[in-house]
Amino acid sequence: MQKAIKKYWPVFVLPTLAAFIIGFIWPFLWGIYLSFCQFTTVQDVTFVGLSNYAKIWIDDTFTHAFFFTAAFTVVSVVLINAFGFGLALLLTRKLRGTNIFRTVFFMPNLIGGIVLGYIWKTLLDGVLTLLSKPLLSLDATYGFWGLIILMCWQQIGYMMIIYIAGLQNVPLDLIEAARIDGASNGQILFRVKIPMVMPSFTICLFLTLTNSFKLFDQNLSLTAGEPAKASQMLALNIYDTFYARSGAQWKGIGQAKAVVFFLLVVVIALVQLRFTRSKEVQQ
Amino acid sequence: MKAKRILALTIASAMAVSLLAGCGSTSSTSTGDSSTSTTTKETSDTPAAAGEVYYLNFKPEQDKDWQALAATYTEQTGVPVTVVTAAQGQYETQLMSEMAKSDAPTLFQVNGPVGLANWKDYCYDLSGTELYSHLTSDSFALKDGDTVPAIAYVIETYGIIYNKALLQKAGYSAEDITNFESLKKVADDIQARKDELGVKGAFTSAGMDSSSDWRFKTHLANLPIYYEYKADGITSTDAIKGTYLDNYKQIFDLYITDSTCEPTLLASKTANDATAEFVNGEAVFYQNGTWEYNNISSIGDENLGMLPIYIGAEGEENQGLCTGSENYWCVNKNASEEDIQATIDFLTWVITSDEGRKSMSQDMGFVTPFDTFTGEYAASNPLLEDADAYIAAGKTPVDWCFSTMPSENWKNGVGSALTAYAAGTGTWDDVVTAFVDGWATEYQLANG
Repeated sequence: MQKAIKKYWPVFVLPTLAAFIIGFIWPFLWGIYLSFCQFTTVQDVTFVGLSNYAKIWIDDTFTHAFFFTAAFTVVSVVLINAFGFGLALLLTRKLRGTNIFRTVFFMPNLIGGIVLGYIWKTLLDGVLTLLSKPLLSLDATYGFWGLIILMCWQQIGYMMIIYIAGLQNVPLDLIEAARIDGASNGQILFRVKIPMVMPSFTICLFLTLTNSFKLFDQNLSLTAGEPAKASQMLALNIYDTFYARSGAQWKGIGQAKAVVFFLLVVVIALVQLRFTRSKEVQQ
Repeated sequence: MKAKRILALTIASAMAVSLLAGCGSTSSTSTGDSSTSTTTKETSDTPAAAGEVYYLNFKPEQDKDWQALAATYTEQTGVPVTVVTAAQGQYETQLMSEMAKSDAPTLFQVNGPVGLANWKDYCYDLSGTELYSHLTSDSFALKDGDTVPAIAYVIETYGIIYNKALLQKAGYSAEDITNFESLKKVADDIQARKDELGVKGAFTSAGMDSSSDWRFKTHLANLPIYYEYKADGITSTDAIKGTYLDNYKQIFDLYITDSTCEPTLLASKTANDATAEFVNGEAVFYQNGTWEYNNISSIGDENLGMLPIYIGAEGEENQGLCTGSENYWCVNKNASEEDIQATIDFLTWVITSDEGRKSMSQDMGFVTPFDTFTGEYAASNPLLEDADAYIAAGKTPVDWCFSTMPSENWKNGVGSALTAYAAGTGTWDDVVTAFVDGWATEYQLANG
């Protein structure tokens, strides 16, 4: 069998590789090329050089969207991971009904972002009406916290599962040894458990960070960037540039924004990976 | 060993084939995933005539009728006609992706001069076609120099639709309303006596949800623009002055004060809410247009009427309803010659054959700008009759100047400002800024 694989590996690799090139590499390269072009449809393009990049900051919406996204990312990453890890700690104790709780917390993750956005919009608008406060689409602060609540509700369960898996892998003898040495619960948590589940932190932070930065569906359906683009995040801003403007040059500008956006996400993700990797310990 | 090899090869090739099959089937079904319709592509026994028609339709309300009409045409001539309808609000998005395909639409729509600016490189010159020769007036075609890239196929009218029975119950009739003052007087009176009359308000909720805000940020905003153009004797501008914005405020204030709900709730009210209020007799007035007829006909033809939108401009006693078009047919220049010919033949058939005319005028309820729609093919419903009556009475119809609005982004800006103003979190000055400064900026950005 080993020999067969050695001999026939192209047969196994090529279909997937072809799909990957057609579905990912090629569109990606073409997308980068498009950011230097003016176009109405993606087949019919005129090269215009760097002018699209120069026009990204023609209005301040991109900068505003960047800061809004950054603030959102910081708050949601902290909250989601804190709650996710907290729940994981609770649900790895031998409590009754642990499995039911795990399922319940995980469930919101199974619903699509657009649907969740509309459901939460109705819910939050209902609450705000009762409190006679302005609705979500009228106040960017409510919009911001609405998004945070929505994202926490959706993501905490998923991160919790990853943390639970990590916590269950912490060797019991280590904890026992620490306890015999007289470590308190707090010391066990911070000196033993957390260092041991560092790989889970790496993956969870990576997921929440990139998810928050790239957030689109929830933003579109919950606030749609209202009022007046004040709650617009980067992905929605790019979409808006692409479709809500008239004139052929806007497609290229939207594409240029998308490339800048891609670079931002890559840089942030790499920095985070490097940082948390360095904290991981060998078991 | 050999058997294993063969097995491995078989599995691998099966994978490769299924992969290819996967690609193939996505391209043929992908038209359906973001749209509301199915295709009726024919693989019939009739000899394939040269050319095919692929229509990317803008109006979801008429999707079924187009599908039926396409099937009839295919049955009669053997020319395959595919009709795909874009989901509400997704037309530009879908058009863009469809046009990039090798199987691009041969027939598509633009919404007016601003929409045409995006697509004019794709539009076939229709000036020599039979379709163009049947237009009753040249003003229903969009022109680019000597060429005719787009032709309107439906004329629509909007105004303030009212419930005749309720208006009568309140002691008024349409004749009492001839300008903004009388409209306000009647509306205020109805609002004051709403419990006695059994209504919730004079006007349906002016919902600012995206399903409904176009009624205000686009259609209502048309009136101040129309009067300004008229006063200045122009048909488009790169910088609006906002001469009639106070009038815009007046009418919007009236809508949100004499309404079925608190202005703070408008941000989340939808088009369906407003329709439901009108149909249930909870409100007397409803700003909308002839396209809404099918949704509100349940209150009875005898109860439906339409009033002009009065905003308090001078001479508005002679103002009629707002009549125009934002649906223009364009034929894709880049399609093959056979397909272009097939598309033009299909359109000619639609406006000249009995089936086509019947479907357009009766099933879809369109008033068309073509001279072939006479006699039994003249569309008719109370809203359309009112529109005709105002013209017959010598009132001047209001043009659809909103097709000259600089961009979608401008409309969104005005919409956001109006929403905030209605809820009290923003001021009218913000609306003025979005309207006047936004226009100049957006015009610059779109044409600079």
